[in-house]
Amino acid sequence: MATTNIAGVNVDINEEGYLTNPSKWTKEVAVEIAKEENIELTDKHFEVIDFLREENEKGTVITIRKVGKSGIVDIKGLYTLFPGGPLKKSSRIAGIAKPSSCV
Amino acid sequence: MIKQEEHPLKKVCIICAKGAIEDVYATLVMANGAVMEGIEAKVFFTFFGLDAITKKQMSKLHTSTVGNPAMRMPGGLPFPTLLGALPGVEAGVSAMMMKQMEALDMPPVDEFLDMITAGGGEIFACKLAADMFKLEKKDLSDHVIDIITIGEFYALAGGLNTQIIFT
Repeated sequence: MATTNIAGVNVDINEEGYLTNPSKWTKEVAVEIAKEENIELTDKHFEVIDFLREENEKGTVITIRKVGKSGIVDIKGLYTLFPGGPLKKSSRIAGIAKPSSCV
Repeated sequence: MIKQEEHPLKKVCIICAKGAIEDVYATLVMANGAVMEGIEAKVFFTFFGLDAITKKQMSKLHTSTVGNPAMRMPGGLPFPTLLGALPGVEAGVSAMMMKQMEALDMPPVDEFLDMITAGGGEIFACKLAADMFKLEKKDLSDHVIDIITIGEFYALAGGLNTQIIFT
């Protein structure tokens, strides 16, 4: 674990680059992490991120299927928003833990 | 000591030759897991595995309740093979298994294929087996790209850091 400064906020990240404390997350932090993933965040991205953060808060085990059924975006759309690792990348940008589900 | 360099997987080619729930779902979970990690996935269904992509059969997969030593009763007691042979038992156990998987967000086969292809995964059927079971493209799920020979499948498996997995 290391402490680093992202967008003016001191955050702890684990060795895989995930925030260890979701409450430290800000939109500006998201924008900076997204840049590392070569993603420029749009409103649609933030809708997905908000959904993930809410579900995470509730203690839900998040799956790609749940996001697909959220009504925000279908699974194909999610792959388009976060190419090359839809659930992992969106979770990292949302400041929550790495997905623990296999689906 | 020689330092091993890691080469992340780029592509998996998965072959599914059996049609029981656990065989098909092992394939589907691995294929979907691959595309979710940004790994290219090609899936080849052959022999009884074709059931998983045959319109008529794909939503009626069963698990075997006979000759399966790992099959247990709820609670953990062994499941007698003779009980598994009674009419309706296999269907009941299979339905229960699908329900338990659904609770873990493992969708029905058709929806799983939706998820895999949404992520760019590609589904193929084996020509030899399709001929044998007298199946044509129209009998298969719309997610099936084509009916191809094993030679053509191997041709898709080219490239560095590709693995072929047989379930």
